[in-house]
Amino acid sequence: MKKSVLFGALTVTGLVAGAAQAATLDEVKERGELNCGVVTGLAGFGAPDANGVWEGFDVSVCRAVAAAVLDDPTAVNFVPTTGQTRFTALASGEIDMLARNTTWTFSRDTDLKFDFVGVNYYDGQGFIVPTALGVSSAKDLDGATVCIQTGTTTELNLADFFRNNNMSYEPVPIETNAEGQQQYLAGACDAYTTDASGLAATRATFENPADHVILPEIISKEPLGPLVRHGDNEWADIVRWTLNALIAAEEYGVTSANVNELAAAPGSNPEVNRLLGTEGELGAMIGLESDWAKKAIAAGGNYGEIFEKNIGENTPIGLARGLNAQWTNGGLIYAPPFR
Amino acid sequence: MSDTHSQTVSYVRETMLPQAEPPVSNRGAILWLRENLFSGWFNIVLTLVSLYVIYWALAHTLPWVVSGIWNAGSLSECREIRDATLGEGASAACWAVLVDRWQQLMFGFYPSELYWRPVLALVIFLAAIAPVLFAQVPRGALWFTAVSPFVMFWLLWGGSAWFPVAVALGFVLGWAAWRALAPMAGTLVAAIVSAALPIVYWFYTAGPLARELEQVVGIGIEYVPSQDFGGFMLSFIIGIAAIILSLPLGILLALGRQSDLFIINKVSVGFIEIIRGVPLIVWLFTASLLLNYFLPPGTNFDLMLRVIIMVTLFAAAYIAEVVRGGLAALPKGQYEGADSLGLSYWQSMRLIILPQALKISIPGIVNTFIGLFKDTTLVVFIGLFDPIGLSNAIRATTEWNGIYWELFVFIGLLFFICCFSMSRYSLYLEKKLQRGHK
Repeated sequence: MKKSVLFGALTVTGLVAGAAQAATLDEVKERGELNCGVVTGLAGFGAPDANGVWEGFDVSVCRAVAAAVLDDPTAVNFVPTTGQTRFTALASGEIDMLARNTTWTFSRDTDLKFDFVGVNYYDGQGFIVPTALGVSSAKDLDGATVCIQTGTTTELNLADFFRNNNMSYEPVPIETNAEGQQQYLAGACDAYTTDASGLAATRATFENPADHVILPEIISKEPLGPLVRHGDNEWADIVRWTLNALIAAEEYGVTSANVNELAAAPGSNPEVNRLLGTEGELGAMIGLESDWAKKAIAAGGNYGEIFEKNIGENTPIGLARGLNAQWTNGGLIYAPPFR
Repeated sequence: MSDTHSQTVSYVRETMLPQAEPPVSNRGAILWLRENLFSGWFNIVLTLVSLYVIYWALAHTLPWVVSGIWNAGSLSECREIRDATLGEGASAACWAVLVDRWQQLMFGFYPSELYWRPVLALVIFLAAIAPVLFAQVPRGALWFTAVSPFVMFWLLWGGSAWFPVAVALGFVLGWAAWRALAPMAGTLVAAIVSAALPIVYWFYTAGPLARELEQVVGIGIEYVPSQDFGGFMLSFIIGIAAIILSLPLGILLALGRQSDLFIINKVSVGFIEIIRGVPLIVWLFTASLLLNYFLPPGTNFDLMLRVIIMVTLFAAAYIAEVVRGGLAALPKGQYEGADSLGLSYWQSMRLIILPQALKISIPGIVNTFIGLFKDTTLVVFIGLFDPIGLSNAIRATTEWNGIYWELFVFIGLLFFICCFSMSRYSLYLEKKLQRGHK
């Protein structure tokens, strides 16, 4: 660890044959640190604060996994990845898991040889327009100029949507979200389209948010979730069930405030007991200690707490739960039983 | 013979008048204005239009800059203060983001209690290049220059002090091998051995040696991993390392391309053309993505080091072509003169050809360096936090989401200072060396 950069470089060039890769769990434990790929900066989902401490909705998943495996939510080595580098970083083993608002698609799951372990945010593509435009539905956007990030699935979704509805549009290609905001504010386009969560975050930064309205249509499915690479199912199980533990904790009312109390002794709800390890041997089945889920929940709270803290209605981003409510509240967030 | 003279004729002056100033309209600022700005109707129109454009630009930016707000915790707070003090919707910069995050923009995530280390490294760097840049500094100071890279490396990354010492020993080893073998076995054998010996030593001996020494006498400061490096410090380290390493490599490549030795010539040409023919961003992606596939899994080849190597190779190819231009510009007589003096190849290069060729190439070399330094911002695309990358990260926090120009103005200013100083130095050097062929 202390031995430095250049030594690593020099020895590496000498090593030609790679040693057989050990199980990811053992590697992480030996390293004492989880290498977690994150976004280079996306409001609410992941960004370093003034002290360089990473915070955000996706970042919390990394912290929960680190807490479950290493009993220390700060034992995470955050590797910032861009849209281009994220998959290679994961495939090459530079990172152990990727929690970077990545859409779960068929080809990524199969062709790129990754395993999406679940969905932590159901997103979808939407539109924002100035209120002055007098548009109340995306169906009224015939002939509009639309700011759109090039080379993304949003571009293809936009083309599909307008073609399905027999409408025409004029694309204004932009490179980044920041550029999109500026172009839209400068009036270079009538509407700006990107993921609805991004639109909400963008709108929150405007001087006069009330002058802009996010249209109700969501034109695509963007299930975002953490992923690991193929080939180590035990590790995939750990990440998957850590996420499920956070979700289940919200369903059963286990919060960061009461988790220690609930985990102290078996309570009346057997599902909670099994989750927190006061009953059964679930931890041992995935190679962790029996109180792994307790540690994960204590790290940043349950799914609902993480949501509220980072992107919820009381934050500047102000996202409603919507599709991301628990299934008991009419949403899609659903954890399989802990049994 | 007339006896008429000044004393006798009343209308002739007796003494010389003192020189009078030219009339007001023909001197000083007014003359300058008249000659340069208002010398004809067309120039008058152009002047007025230019003045208006300058006024317009300043009128739009100056109030924004001057009335900027320096004390606020977030963009919305900035806007509140602005509305309260300057009125709703007034134009005012929110410089508070710089107050809040300037340390991050400068040092990235480097531990704040250790900021003195990069600062000290910078001071050492400035002291170390002084003997190289300015002839007035005593030559003996070059020893300090030779040692300084190891000191700077140790200060920046920390860890055991024995590691840079062990690496430096490799150079000493190579030098010793050269001195011992060159007289006995000829230059070719000596060159091969003195190049191979340090490499073998670095691979197999340097690491254990440093560890052994560390255990005997532990001298170490806190280790800072590369991923904590960021901001302007990162740009500076990548830029400076690449500049310093690429110059000698570029000169060697230029000589190689001029060489009559078939293999050396073809290898140099191939290297230069391949590296130069592919965009830098592709090489950066290669460094960050492709190498990962080739290296054995689990190995950790520092990304920053990979980037420095790639940027160095890229710059070296450009420098080689600039230097080749200088070599080609020298009259053939210089080469022949060197040969006729009976100088060996290296002697003629060192004493006659290169000093002249490099002198001619100075503007081109500095131009390449300035371009290279600015190109370091491309690392943002492989997820390193250079100032541009940090500006994205800063914008992603809830406090500063939506802030643009303030950050870019600051980053632009930092880069301008560096690039402008480089360009001034190159002008100074050109003047000092007084090139004969103008």
